[in-house]
Amino acid sequence: MATGENEPLISTAVTSRETERSARADETILEARGLDVHYGEDRALREVTAEIPERKVTAIIGPSGCGKSTFLRSINRMNDQIEVCRVEGDLLFRGKNVYDDDVDPVALRRKIGQVFQKPNPFPKSIRDNVTYGLRVQGKSATDDDVERALRGAALWSEVEGKLDSSGLDLSGGQQQRLCIARAIAPDPEVVLMDEPTSALDPVAASKIEDLIAELAREYTVVIVTHNMQQAARISDETMVFLTGGELVEFDDTATIFENPANQAVEDYITGKFG
Amino acid sequence: MATVSTDTDSGVLSDADLRWVKRKEVLFHATLFLASVFGVAMLGLLVFDVLFETAVGVLVLGIDVTTFLTSGASRDWERAGFLPAIIGSVWLVLLTLIFSFFLGVSTATYLEEYAPNTRTVRLIEANLTNLAGVPSVVYGLLALGVFVNGLRLGSILLAGSIALALLVVPIVIVASQEALRAVPSGVRDGSLATGATRWQTVRGVVLPAALPGIVTGTILALARAIGETAPLIMVGAVLQARQTPDPFSLFGSMPTMIYYWAFRPITEFHNLAALGILVLLTILVGMYGVAFFVRNRYERRL
Repeated sequence: MATGENEPLISTAVTSRETERSARADETILEARGLDVHYGEDRALREVTAEIPERKVTAIIGPSGCGKSTFLRSINRMNDQIEVCRVEGDLLFRGKNVYDDDVDPVALRRKIGQVFQKPNPFPKSIRDNVTYGLRVQGKSATDDDVERALRGAALWSEVEGKLDSSGLDLSGGQQQRLCIARAIAPDPEVVLMDEPTSALDPVAASKIEDLIAELAREYTVVIVTHNMQQAARISDETMVFLTGGELVEFDDTATIFENPANQAVEDYITGKFG
Repeated sequence: MATVSTDTDSGVLSDADLRWVKRKEVLFHATLFLASVFGVAMLGLLVFDVLFETAVGVLVLGIDVTTFLTSGASRDWERAGFLPAIIGSVWLVLLTLIFSFFLGVSTATYLEEYAPNTRTVRLIEANLTNLAGVPSVVYGLLALGVFVNGLRLGSILLAGSIALALLVVPIVIVASQEALRAVPSGVRDGSLATGATRWQTVRGVVLPAALPGIVTGTILALARAIGETAPLIMVGAVLQARQTPDPFSLFGSMPTMIYYWAFRPITEFHNLAALGILVLLTILVGMYGVAFFVRNRYERRL
């Protein structure tokens, strides 16, 4: 398969949004410095150093077991849940190392929301799912908050009349958007997404993709995906992890997909391995 | 099933003689079916026996059901009744529920949601499983030694309910642990990632999701407790329950009353026992019904 010199390996369609937001300064919101993660004896991340820009979509791609989810979970310290997990190095959120002793992971997660691979709404009403984050923070949740979050997750028109029915009665794609509404309702600064569309059918997946572009107007989105076309379509920046937990290349999505610096990355993107 | 082998003109399938294989399959199938029918047949026999004895009591001997349900024990079978035993059992189950539910659910929650996976915790879990298999009479002896005599409570209903609670707690723990384990980990992650503390996650999401399973398990455990005889006899239940008990009085219960009647030499009392068993079974079926309803109504796909 011969690739023309100027022809991109995979076309990227994010240019339209790029111009609109270029007025804002590219500020780093998350920064990893020599981040190492071990699971017992296994080293899942190796010396990861990266700066993730604010209010952009940063995609993390790589083959299975390359550490992309581990990296994502180390940002909001969900790795703390795993007993054998050990983190070394720094991960800065707005310049503050989240692994400092004085950082409470609960407070951190109120600033950094997460959406998971499998939709995981609570067995509660749609309204209670959305307001959960506000309620655990001791804040009152108004109907406006519910509407704002559901509109933000492009779910409002579908559930407007049935806010008190169970979140579990929704379809898979709607459940995932409910989880997005739940994540953005407490107004975090970053939304982490761990393969949010891999359990969904293509139509539901494309709705979520459209939504991610919208979310990046207000939030910093970091998304793990195994779907390279998806990363190319929706992200501004792309991190490529390859086997062994190493961050091999991190650049503009356009550069990664059209002209990667690393040969292994090019091989991975063109499907020669992984 | 006359010709199982399929002869064709070309003879392609004619060498496959499946008759013997099929026969073995039918035999195997029948064995499995009979094994599963056995339990139902035994239950049927039991119910038939009880109904027959009851019918003889009511129709032939003329036992008055109203008297039976509204009066206490008597030497005279025509005036003997079951009411103090029913009230005693209701008290016992209520107190057992109070003692065992919070202790059991708290233990299960700690073990499933908080306890680190250490050797000590594994030892505790293994021992709880063992406790669930200890004969009930042993719990009766324990309650007799510690509460009736040791703490000088005497043979009161409270002591009986403590014996039953000791018996039931391990069962409630195991059932609650299973219900908690059935809550998908994604739900916990979702709550923690939304900025909830561990306790908020457990109270707000995990326990509500596990509650139908916990309630069902508890009801089934209580259904076992209500039929227990041995621990109550050990604690010193009054076999001839004449007066309606309260938690601090001497007490009788349905199973001990049935036990007593069944050993009386006057055969009319055996029919009273059958009627008592019918009442006990009805209450048990009612409890199973509630458990079944709770499971179907509230247990949702997660």
